[in-house]
Amino acid sequence: MSPPRLSRHPWPAFLGRRTARLLPSLAVVLTASFAMIRLVPGDPVRAALGVDAAPALVAARRHQLGLDQPFLAQYRHYLAGLLHGDLGTSLVTGAPVAELVRTRLPATLGIALPAFLATLAVALPGGLLAAVHTRDGRRPRAELAFTAVTATLAGVPDFVLAAGLTALLAVGLQLLPVAGAAGAGSAVLPVLALALAPTAVLVRIVRVEALKVLSEDYMRTARAKRLPPVRLYLRHAAPNMATASLTVAGSLLPAMIAGTVLVEKVFAWPGIGSAMAQSVVAQDYPVVQAMVLILGTTVLLAGLAVDLLLALVNPRSAIGEM
Amino acid sequence: MNPVRLPVKPPRSPMTWIALAMLASLLLLAVAGPLVGGAAADRPDLSAVLQGPSAAHPFGTDNLGRDLLARVLTAARLSLLLAFAATLLSATAGILLGASTAVVGGRARRWLGALINLLLAFPALLVAVFLAVVFGAGATGALFALAVAGIPGFARLSQTLAAGVANTDYLAAARVLGLRRHRLIRRHVLPNIAEPLLLSTTMAAGTALVALSGLSFLGLGVQPPAYDWGQLLNQGLDRIYAQPVPALAPGLAVLYAALTFQLLGEVLAGGVARRGPALRARREAPAEGRPATGDQVLQIEDLTVELPTPDGVIRPVRGVSLTLRGGEIVGLVGESGSGKSLTALAIADLLPEQARVTRRTHRLLGADLTTMTAKERHHHLATALAMIFQSPASALNPSLRVGTQLTEAVRAHRGASRAEAAEQAAGALRRVALSPTLLRSRPHQLSGGQRQRVMIASGLMVRPGLIIADEPTTALDVTVQRQITDLLSGIRQDSPTAVLFISHDLALVAGLCERVLVMYAGTVVESLPTDRLATATRHPYARALVESVPALTADRDRPLRTVEGSPPDPLTPPAGCPFQPRCAHRRDRCATDTPSLTELDPGHRVACWHPLPLPVQAATS
Repeated sequence: MSPPRLSRHPWPAFLGRRTARLLPSLAVVLTASFAMIRLVPGDPVRAALGVDAAPALVAARRHQLGLDQPFLAQYRHYLAGLLHGDLGTSLVTGAPVAELVRTRLPATLGIALPAFLATLAVALPGGLLAAVHTRDGRRPRAELAFTAVTATLAGVPDFVLAAGLTALLAVGLQLLPVAGAAGAGSAVLPVLALALAPTAVLVRIVRVEALKVLSEDYMRTARAKRLPPVRLYLRHAAPNMATASLTVAGSLLPAMIAGTVLVEKVFAWPGIGSAMAQSVVAQDYPVVQAMVLILGTTVLLAGLAVDLLLALVNPRSAIGEM
Repeated sequence: MNPVRLPVKPPRSPMTWIALAMLASLLLLAVAGPLVGGAAADRPDLSAVLQGPSAAHPFGTDNLGRDLLARVLTAARLSLLLAFAATLLSATAGILLGASTAVVGGRARRWLGALINLLLAFPALLVAVFLAVVFGAGATGALFALAVAGIPGFARLSQTLAAGVANTDYLAAARVLGLRRHRLIRRHVLPNIAEPLLLSTTMAAGTALVALSGLSFLGLGVQPPAYDWGQLLNQGLDRIYAQPVPALAPGLAVLYAALTFQLLGEVLAGGVARRGPALRARREAPAEGRPATGDQVLQIEDLTVELPTPDGVIRPVRGVSLTLRGGEIVGLVGESGSGKSLTALAIADLLPEQARVTRRTHRLLGADLTTMTAKERHHHLATALAMIFQSPASALNPSLRVGTQLTEAVRAHRGASRAEAAEQAAGALRRVALSPTLLRSRPHQLSGGQRQRVMIASGLMVRPGLIIADEPTTALDVTVQRQITDLLSGIRQDSPTAVLFISHDLALVAGLCERVLVMYAGTVVESLPTDRLATATRHPYARALVESVPALTADRDRPLRTVEGSPPDPLTPPAGCPFQPRCAHRRDRCATDTPSLTELDPGHRVACWHPLPLPVQAATS
């Protein structure tokens, strides 16, 4: 029997298909962010400037925002602006929103990415270790404790945890900076708040995946060879649980990115999320609009990155079956 | 053989009671909270603004001097009501949308699926924030924003569940009967997906509560003078550095509610899982032999294996003894469940931890395993014994190259260098008639027969004294079976390796082995040279087993013999001879005393009080 072969150039085809899948979602984000300011109830400009703003000023702002033009023309103008990196102007400060994004996006990625990596770094080995210790129904008490603890941690809302951490670690014990971004230490609490619940969710799923792998025939073969445990678990078990575990981890990423909105507010972290929270309250819609666009696009690109990573880890299943 | 998996009884969890108690307290809070806290919650006291915790105000007071404990209690009703309402709306819309995919046509189903996928690409919280802005800040806007944001999740779940129902016979039958779509959904789709949906709805209620609190916390949800927990947390946040308790109190309420739903979901999920297919205890039994001298490879005496099951301890292997000499191939036959494979795993010390193994003697290549420490035993077995399992498709690791899997054992146990190991692996592949170029392949690139050859080559790598092959050909085509048995037969011609060949296929064993042990219900009932197998079995069970094998020359007009009855329940083994309840030749003593293996002719032992006479043709030939 001749070995089955992958088609000659699987990668370009895979990238093409995956990117094509991104386009409709991107269109949704663009359209939704554009439509937002037109959909809000009442006059957004008057709301932002205050009820006693001079009518001439309101009209000027409306003109500046292009709100007095036909709808389709506005959309064209919006998309053209985006192509030139123009995200509009803040109603409150008058500053270009693109500038705000430039300063804020790195701060958000600076907690979201470490939080995701921390989740992987704890949950993947943690789930495998838990599976090894509880396989075949051994240590039922430890298994019950594991389930109870992870179920509890998985239920802790990130912003509530953020508030609790602030009160406990920063204010009570004065160990870590409580607010703002000053040095690496100040990122510890936001990252912890973002990562805890996803880690608890993921570690459980990894354990179940690992239990499945550990009961496979090839693991019995490996045990029959009496390989050292490190080789048994890292070489034989880990690669076979990577795809499923990373897929689940990838599905947790969007919620983690969205979670930055609340967590950044608690820690006054100068990121996209806190900018969005502030501008929502100030009804500074051009800023809200841009932040929705940026967060939405970040989520989509993160999904793309996870799929590419999965394809690298396991080319056969990811590329072959997509 | 399938891997031995022990059934596990889930420990009775106190979580059920905790979750129910928490839910009850939450519901009580929603009903009674405003009644208890109501008056104090809205009574300003300008003499006591922004106080910390005190006896009069356990959680402190807010900027108007209102008691925060009372406000947290009062806010419970609004927080929970909004969460329940949002969940109910998204569940209803999402489930209907998802379930309808089961009854609409192919094109509509694809479009709906694509739409759901598109919406699911965005996190619900982000969608909710967006919609809350569009709907306008306020409790109603937040409620609907959250309800809409939750729809895709419910739709996807019920779509997946409904897809399982969509292709079932009863839905097809209902379609043929001409039922209308809404009736199909209501009568046939929804009832069949109700249970997992209930679970998700519970979990979603918790998520909705947290998300609504989040929206209020951002200032998008409940607006003053009304208040929920999220808004109280928002008001307290500015004070968190100075007075943590007033700020955290509403957060703790959110946490408590979130954990309640989380645990409730956990308990429900456990209930759903527990009603899944019940785990059945797999059991297998052992073989026999008698001590022998000379170039013994394996000697095991009086092997007994006990396994705990939810219904009690079973003894699937009972007093099996077995001896193998160098260069010998011995067959171990019996029905599934007779204990063959457990005997093999016990010899290899590979049984699960809970299994209790006792044996009087266990010698392998001259070393006494019973007196060794676990570490010494582990090391000795690593090089003295190799195992080949059934189903080569799954016995090789799909993620590792063939070369890695061949070389790792000698590298770990014989300290071979990478180059030495690779050279030996190439040699091992040649011995099993495979090209050394396969070292770079991965298992999925090989055929079933090639994989089993790789398994054998892998076993040969450590140059073991004993190879245990557990049904190595069962999963293969008949023509490939022959190649594998020829290979095993050839191995002991070039080396003094002994082979224990486990199979339920008597014909195969007869063609390959020199001696055969027949197992029944965990004991060896007969041990004889293979050339006597066809004609001279003396145990009633072994005889029945032989007669149940169809020969090509068999008279097809005569019905094939089968063994009447079924093997004993391992939990309640019969007294006396294990076969006596099924035995046509049973007499009084059989039900009271257990027969032991007794030598009738040289090399022929039978465990039976009344061995059958030799058939006439065998006696005369």
